[in-house]
Amino acid sequence: MSTPSITHEHSEHFDAYGKKLGMWLFLFTEVLLFGGLFIVYATYRFLNHDAFHQGSAELNLVVGAINTAILLTSSLTVALSITAIQKGDSKKAFNLIIITIIFALAFLVNKYFEWYAKYEHGLFPGMEHFKELSHGESQFFFLYFFMTGLHAIHVIVGAVLLGVIAYFIKKGTVNKDRYIYLENGGLYWHLVDVIWIYLFPLFYLII
Amino acid sequence: MSEDHNGHVVDYKFNILVWIDLLIFTIITIEVAQFDLQDLTVIMALLVASVKTFLVGSYFMHLKFENKFMQAIVIGVAVLFVLVLILLFSDYLFFK
Amino acid sequence: MTSIPTQREYVNFFQVKKGFLSWITTHDHKRIALLYFYTVCTFFVVAFILGLLMRLELIAPGKTLFEAQTYNQIFTLHGVIMIFLFIIPGIPAIFGNFALPMMLGAPDVSFPRVNLLSWYLYMIGGALALSTLLYGDGPADTGWTFYAPYSVRTGTNVTVAVLAAFVLGFSSILTGLNFLVTIHRMRAPGMTWFKMPLFPWALYATSWIQVLATPVVGITLLMIVAERQFGIGLFDPSLGGDPVLYQHLFWIYSHPAVYIMVLPAMGLVSETIPVFVKKSIFGYKVIVYSSLAIAFIGYFVWGHHMYTSGMSSAARIIFSVLTFIVAIPSAVKVFNWVSTLYKGSIDIKTPLLYSLAFIFQFTIGGLTGLVVGALATDIHVHDTYFVVGHFHYVMFGGTGFAFIGAIHYYFPKIWGRMYNIKWANIGFTFLFIGFNLVYFPMLVLGIMGMPRRYYDYLPEFTTPNVISTIGSWVMALGLIIVIVNLINGHKGAKASNNPWGSVTLDWTHTDSPPTLYNFDETPVVTRGPYDYKNYEEYLSETSKNR
Repeated sequence: MSTPSITHEHSEHFDAYGKKLGMWLFLFTEVLLFGGLFIVYATYRFLNHDAFHQGSAELNLVVGAINTAILLTSSLTVALSITAIQKGDSKKAFNLIIITIIFALAFLVNKYFEWYAKYEHGLFPGMEHFKELSHGESQFFFLYFFMTGLHAIHVIVGAVLLGVIAYFIKKGTVNKDRYIYLENGGLYWHLVDVIWIYLFPLFYLII
Repeated sequence: MSEDHNGHVVDYKFNILVWIDLLIFTIITIEVAQFDLQDLTVIMALLVASVKTFLVGSYFMHLKFENKFMQAIVIGVAVLFVLVLILLFSDYLFFK
Repeated sequence: MTSIPTQREYVNFFQVKKGFLSWITTHDHKRIALLYFYTVCTFFVVAFILGLLMRLELIAPGKTLFEAQTYNQIFTLHGVIMIFLFIIPGIPAIFGNFALPMMLGAPDVSFPRVNLLSWYLYMIGGALALSTLLYGDGPADTGWTFYAPYSVRTGTNVTVAVLAAFVLGFSSILTGLNFLVTIHRMRAPGMTWFKMPLFPWALYATSWIQVLATPVVGITLLMIVAERQFGIGLFDPSLGGDPVLYQHLFWIYSHPAVYIMVLPAMGLVSETIPVFVKKSIFGYKVIVYSSLAIAFIGYFVWGHHMYTSGMSSAARIIFSVLTFIVAIPSAVKVFNWVSTLYKGSIDIKTPLLYSLAFIFQFTIGGLTGLVVGALATDIHVHDTYFVVGHFHYVMFGGTGFAFIGAIHYYFPKIWGRMYNIKWANIGFTFLFIGFNLVYFPMLVLGIMGMPRRYYDYLPEFTTPNVISTIGSWVMALGLIIVIVNLINGHKGAKASNNPWGSVTLDWTHTDSPPTLYNFDETPVVTRGPYDYKNYEEYLSETSKNR
């Protein structure tokens, strides 16, 4: 057998399915991460039902509903971009990703105004009015800020990820024959959507 | 290449139909929440949220067209989380 | 057992590229394994020394060397380092990284760069943990469990310690994720799931736990940080929080974590025993299913750490029943290992000694686990030295010994040299005797009523404590002998490709040390993983084809 050389060309088989499996596993870790917070929420809502009810009333249902619609639509646009790339329409795929990112930014802008309104009323962890809240209500609002905050961080990460993928589409690295990165970016984005699908009713709809 | 992607294309129209369903369920969940159903409120909310998740997962995330293993682990994780939650509540529900 | 030293000329993975930079930017799973090896062993030695200091304090009642607060910080750091920087990453990140791809017939893991990232995160986490020594009120004094409300109120460096654990958790998650995809996607042609050796199976079960359980403790620790910073009432009862909820969240991860710690070790035992008895493992499929069962059921037993916390009786009963159920698959494995030894052609080499010690010590650990797992007896021994003895028997006597055994097993493969077997066995003997001298008295002390995590104790507890401390010196001597012997082993006699005569791919088709991509060409698997029928013929065939 001949001596193998140092520069032995090792054929790296591109394993798209493996990458997809890897992304799903990562999504599971995100589910369990938020899961811990949902566990805390479930416990304290069970123990302090009335306080949670009062806290929910302070949240702006309209903004919450609009944000829900925004995220659902952004999931649509990212799903459509995958259809587009599968059909070989890279330009459409690119445009749809850009629209998705715009929706993400709109969501974040809404969130900023929502939070700012609370902050203006001193209803933010560490502030005076917050300290005056009953235990149950402070738990509600802490969970509100922590969970929607953690979610917002994931929206930002997702938007950046989609931005990078958009660049790859433009460059041609992501194309009809190799679009696993777009698929994976889409999967991540849909998870961000799913988390909000649960956050919305649990915080805004305790009526 | 055929093993890289299962290649199943969800056409534009179908995606839009799913999206419309999601919006409808959102409206439903808001409407239902207007009624004071006591303990049922949270159950209804979680039920509708789960239906929406099922739609997003099956169609947007293409799970419906993936192999059995992929579907099994997604369901498995969901089941695991629910079981942990139930076990946790064996403490809080029966606490004296 | 083949002793045909390799004559061929080839470039091994050490020689491919040289220099410090080539090591810390490597994508090679073997180099990453060694990066982990040196850093993990360093942390182990640090934590071991902390353990020696603890035993020194406890040689006599009253203050011996340290104030109470300092003692609390020592045992906290000891636990944090041992658990998050040694036992959890140890076997997967070192031996998993090194051997898994080779056992599967693969050139590397699925995501080599993520693998490197895992190590970077490990180093960052380790640095954060040690940094708590350097400022403020010093390292956390809460115990590695960081129970609220004390962890929320104490002035010591809990926030940074907890963030260290968070980063280390992320490292662990990525390793698990990598191994899962690798095992699914990179098995050699012909290697069906049930032709895969048992160490990959063990890593498979472990990886699912790493991926699914770790995030829960991650977010819980972030909540501790938030509560410290913002004074919310999440876990602090004076602010309306429930400290037992913290315990639930903490143990929802930390119980499955102990299976992360022990399953890979069990996998190693399942690997080494067939090699040194030249016989297939007894009950291969049963061991596979037991590993998966342990991983699954292990998610549902966490409450057994909380029997005295104030949980509802319903919860306590349910958790105790589930705890007894999870013991069954572990016991099954012990029976299988022992059955494998029966009528085998036993070759007492160092790796086998460690595996035998594992079986003995894990059994004691497991049986004492039943004592703490049962509600009535746990009331008596909870938070006593009985628990300390129990978990050291499984974690150290089990996983720790398997770890050291694995070093002795893979040494010739990694470095292409053989260490002095006589001194290796002497080191083992001191370790074994020392270990049992340290921890058996603890079981006695616990039943006598000595509580844990105290720097002082009542005079009637003195004698077992003295025995235990002397035992720690015997253990330390053993460890020194082992380490010196292994270091000298680097200059030992050249080893052949397969000095132990294993029939798994990591030994039969690779060089010692291996080449960069492990195999000259992808092997095609036709035999079962422990098929020792006509093994001598098979091994000389495979050596010839190198």
